[in-house]
Amino acid sequence: MNSAVKDSKSLLLIRDLHVSVEGKEILKGIDLDIKRGEIHAIMGPNGSGKSTLAMAIMGHPSYRIEKGEILLKGEDISRLPADERARLGLFLCFQYPVSVEGVSVANFMRSALSAVKGREFIEKMSIPRFKLYLKERIKEIGLNPELAKRYVNDGFSGGEKKRFEILQLQLLEPEIAILDEMDSGLDIDALKIASDGVMKYFNPERAILMITHYQRILNYVKPHFVHVLMDGKIVQSGGLELSQQLEEKGYQWVKENGGKDGKV
Amino acid sequence: MERFKIIDDSYKYGFRDPEKYVFKARKGLSREIVEEISWIKQEPEWMRKFRLNSLEIFMKKPMPTWGADLSEIDFNDIYYYIKPSERQGHSWDEVPEYIKNTFERLGIPEAERKFLAGVGAQYESEMVYHSLKKEIEQMGVIFLDMDTALKEHPDLVKEYFSTVVPPTDNKFAALNSAVWSGGSFIYVPAGVKVDIPLQAYFRINAQNMGQFERTLIIAEEGSFVHYVEGCTAPVYASSSLHAAVVEIIVKRGARVRYTTIQNWSYNVYNLVTKRAVAYEDAVMEWIDGNLGSKVTMKYPSIILRGKGAKGEVLSIALAGKGQHQDAGSKAIHIAPYTSSQIVSKSISRNGGRTSYRGLVKVIKGARGVKTRVKCDALILDERSRSDTYPYMEIEEDDVTVEHEATVSKIEVEQLFYLMSRGLNETEASTMIVNGFIEPFVKELPMEYAVEMNRLIQLQMEGAVG
Repeated sequence: MNSAVKDSKSLLLIRDLHVSVEGKEILKGIDLDIKRGEIHAIMGPNGSGKSTLAMAIMGHPSYRIEKGEILLKGEDISRLPADERARLGLFLCFQYPVSVEGVSVANFMRSALSAVKGREFIEKMSIPRFKLYLKERIKEIGLNPELAKRYVNDGFSGGEKKRFEILQLQLLEPEIAILDEMDSGLDIDALKIASDGVMKYFNPERAILMITHYQRILNYVKPHFVHVLMDGKIVQSGGLELSQQLEEKGYQWVKENGGKDGKV
Repeated sequence: MERFKIIDDSYKYGFRDPEKYVFKARKGLSREIVEEISWIKQEPEWMRKFRLNSLEIFMKKPMPTWGADLSEIDFNDIYYYIKPSERQGHSWDEVPEYIKNTFERLGIPEAERKFLAGVGAQYESEMVYHSLKKEIEQMGVIFLDMDTALKEHPDLVKEYFSTVVPPTDNKFAALNSAVWSGGSFIYVPAGVKVDIPLQAYFRINAQNMGQFERTLIIAEEGSFVHYVEGCTAPVYASSSLHAAVVEIIVKRGARVRYTTIQNWSYNVYNLVTKRAVAYEDAVMEWIDGNLGSKVTMKYPSIILRGKGAKGEVLSIALAGKGQHQDAGSKAIHIAPYTSSQIVSKSISRNGGRTSYRGLVKVIKGARGVKTRVKCDALILDERSRSDTYPYMEIEEDDVTVEHEATVSKIEVEQLFYLMSRGLNETEASTMIVNGFIEPFVKELPMEYAVEMNRLIQLQMEGAVG
């Protein structure tokens, strides 16, 4: 395959995206172009619409797309249910993953893998073998292998939840991952492990969209592009240096000095 | 005896020789029918009188009006006794399509399907049953169908029969007492622990899956037994009334677990009286799953009679279109330091209705009693319904009572989370429902647990019903 041609294509292309929640417009025209091998970061203050963007791309039914389109590998996914988006190669690392009582991590992972990678993929492995494999991977991410038997996110600590999200990312191997506030609630050691996990997933065929309030995580998962989201619009875009300026000067500085549609 | 002549000629001849006698199955209930049932079975005089007395009680008792709607039951349109050999009533073609589909999807073996559907051939896993029977007989355990037990161990049966559930208890217990047939009899000698679950399923035959079966379990001091009845596959019954009675005596320090999975076809009224008496330090556990039937009214009960006795009830009810599962439990504490725990889970979908109805009673003087009741209802759509009727009659002050009830829907956030991992909406809902009943399923023997999860999956896909 001609990699030059492939690289020029957008993996995720968002055009003039308007999203409302309960009748209130939150995103007011977002444009974003993410290619394979790229890491993008969306930064913004609380209430700017960061999480709304993540939810809308993944297809949460409460987030209504009023206008615009979301193209994944050239296909408009904005009307598809979340499961179809997932099967097309999209993944969302949740800021607040919910618990599902009575459903073991092992059972959940087996079902998810079967759904995303196909029944054949999972049926090649017997259940005991799958459990061993899963336990190994849980250990690698620094968690107790007994996690496999626990109910999904039920009684997990903040750190356990985040690492389990990253583990799912590694196992499901989507083409593009959205990480929503991955660093929140993590101490520095846990952040390091989680970031290493993300970088282990990343390769030139894949892409990452990170959503974060703080610059801290960008020291570990270094983005090629940084976008500043304010009041439902991307007001400035740049390289990694933009995040450093934000860290020093705060979002107020963008408001005063940027404020324009400064696309790269 | 003159009155029997009216039936038919073959009857008259048959009357002299029970072996040649041909009972003609007919609908309706009368003294004659009851006498005839007792006579065919060649029962002792006390049982004949017991049946007739019960029939009178049944006739006098009004229909219960406090629970599910029973107004459509026509007592004259029911066969109260059919000889096991004559139960080849209908053909495979008459079996409803949804039941056939479920057999298919559950992978129920051919021979078993026919039996479960009530078509002709009896399914008997004789080999399994015989080796099991030999093993437990050596331990002194008696495991027979009730009719045989009455013949072979009349004194033992007489001593305990109807001591836990008298015919006066309720209208349907009275009916069962009058016309009962089949059911299981289990006697476990003192100190004997039966480590394999005894399953009615193993020796499945028409005798013990009748409409009016009667089960009696006696666990002597320090013994243990786990009895499993029913199966997850739907059982097709052309007759629409199932009224069983189950009595259990758990003596000092003994433990009995009784697991039921009920999946009657959607035309059946399932009205069952189940009760256990637990003596000092005894443990009684009811695990009760209600999936099928049109109407179920069932409240497995435990009378905690001896100091330190423990009772546990774990039940689930699943109600779909046209179904009403009115289920719950009763714990009656009449001795000090007894404890009970009732956990009830229900799921209603597609217009189905579930009700939890329970009673916890603690009499004055039963000090140090602990009781916990937890009911969780999951409602899957707007058309479905769930109600809770928890009754507490606490006459003693020195007790610990906990009661918790939740009603929930499938949360959008849970659904979205699972769907974001590639599961479609049905798969995601199924996973949530299976998770909801997991505390129940994990108490089931392995093969039942697997089938149970598959069955939920089928129900969620709308493939059945």
